[in-house]
Amino acid sequence: MTSAVVTGIGVVAPTGIGAEEYWRATTAGESAIGPITRFDPAPYPVRLAGEVPGFVPAEHVPSRLLPQTDHGTRLSLAAAAEALSGSGLTADEAPEFGIGIATASTMGGFEFGQRELQHLWQLGGQHVSAYQSFAWFYAVNTGQISIRHGLRGPGATIVADQAGGLDALGVARRQIRKGTPAVVTGGVDSALCPLGLAGQLSTGDLSGAHDPERAYLPFTREAGGHVPAEGGAILVVEDAGFARDRGAPVLGEIAGYAATFDPDPRDPAADGLLRAARQAIADAGLEPGDVDVVFADAAGRPGADRREAAAITALFGAGGIPVTAPKTGTGRLYAGAGGLDTATALLSLRDQSIPPTVHVGATDPAHEIDLVVGRARPAALTTALVLARGRGGFNAALLVRAPRPGKPNHTKE
Amino acid sequence: MSTLTIAALKDILRSAAGEDDGVDLDAEILDTPFTELGYDSLALLETAARIAREYGVSLSDDDVDQIETPRELLDRVNAAARA
Repeated sequence: MTSAVVTGIGVVAPTGIGAEEYWRATTAGESAIGPITRFDPAPYPVRLAGEVPGFVPAEHVPSRLLPQTDHGTRLSLAAAAEALSGSGLTADEAPEFGIGIATASTMGGFEFGQRELQHLWQLGGQHVSAYQSFAWFYAVNTGQISIRHGLRGPGATIVADQAGGLDALGVARRQIRKGTPAVVTGGVDSALCPLGLAGQLSTGDLSGAHDPERAYLPFTREAGGHVPAEGGAILVVEDAGFARDRGAPVLGEIAGYAATFDPDPRDPAADGLLRAARQAIADAGLEPGDVDVVFADAAGRPGADRREAAAITALFGAGGIPVTAPKTGTGRLYAGAGGLDTATALLSLRDQSIPPTVHVGATDPAHEIDLVVGRARPAALTTALVLARGRGGFNAALLVRAPRPGKPNHTKE
Repeated sequence: MSTLTIAALKDILRSAAGEDDGVDLDAEILDTPFTELGYDSLALLETAARIAREYGVSLSDDDVDQIETPRELLDRVNAAARA
């Protein structure tokens, strides 16, 4: 079977715009969690978020697209442009229907939608933008990226909360196995407006803490929810042969993937995340002992953390593998998380360094996991397991493997 | 009701739908088809909505479909405003 390789990464994260700036901040253990500035959060029980700072839309998005795009779509266009630029892939290099797109979304363009709803109620229907017809909805990033770059291959949008980002990569790999040479994939979410925050509050999963350093502490005794955030990553995934023939830089391979629902009615005791991880490792033709590091979902809720830690120890033994959750420095990115964690894992493999879990001093000993805290940990890394769970019972697991030694197109870019 | 000028229309187009890279709206565009200026049907619907709000002239979706150039749009709006 053909293998799917990653040839480009684009990042828009609270800790950095651009993959290299993000990676520098992530290995340094920097945090971007802080008070919400996009609107006055005082009336809300949650006042912290991970916002992407200093994003100037006109620097990333053509004027023609500004009136028709939500903030989140602009972030996704910036990430897609960086990913495509890094991979060197353009529509001209593939057959007309040869480049597909699959992005994940959790909320769509809520900020755009809120503004137009306000216009509707305050000023009347004449004042609602014609672009409300699509600017708010889940598929908008897939659509705008495909139009902007002339990507006419199979298109998809995946909605599975935080698991969706990994599911998008799974869809991309499936399309490549079916014969599409390349797929632009990943996810970017942004709903840091009152309407978006109200929707997120309804889950009851957000931390009410007002201290940015104490608000999102997965795997600790203080775990009390997560901090919402915006951003994500877009990746270019290609058929390995197609990438090799055009001399593209290969950052790594999507070696395994699986998704499960939780719980399995036939076996309610079997954690869905554990089944996903186990199946992804088997899908890659590997054993747990072949995996070098785990990028955790890190929900930051006691029950979810306990189940995730139990899944990790069931596979790798107590303290048997380094585990990290760099998303503690950004907040939870929803559909943006899977792509960003995968990008982070690939950069970890490249630089042989596991970035730290931020803000966490000591884990709850009950979890028996070797969480990388404090500072980045040097390690010999070939294969990384990325885990993600979405509200509603979605679980996904994905394995990335470093480029095989000896392949002529292995570059460090 | 004031007359819709080409200068005012350019401002509305920029605000409603932006300006395509490689298109100079400041050039002589009265007879340049909207499609060549980079404006699709949705951009023109949004433009028509703004004209309706600011000039009190409502164009139907069919009108918008048939109008091809800025000159035709100005003529249609200003004729309606005089009527």
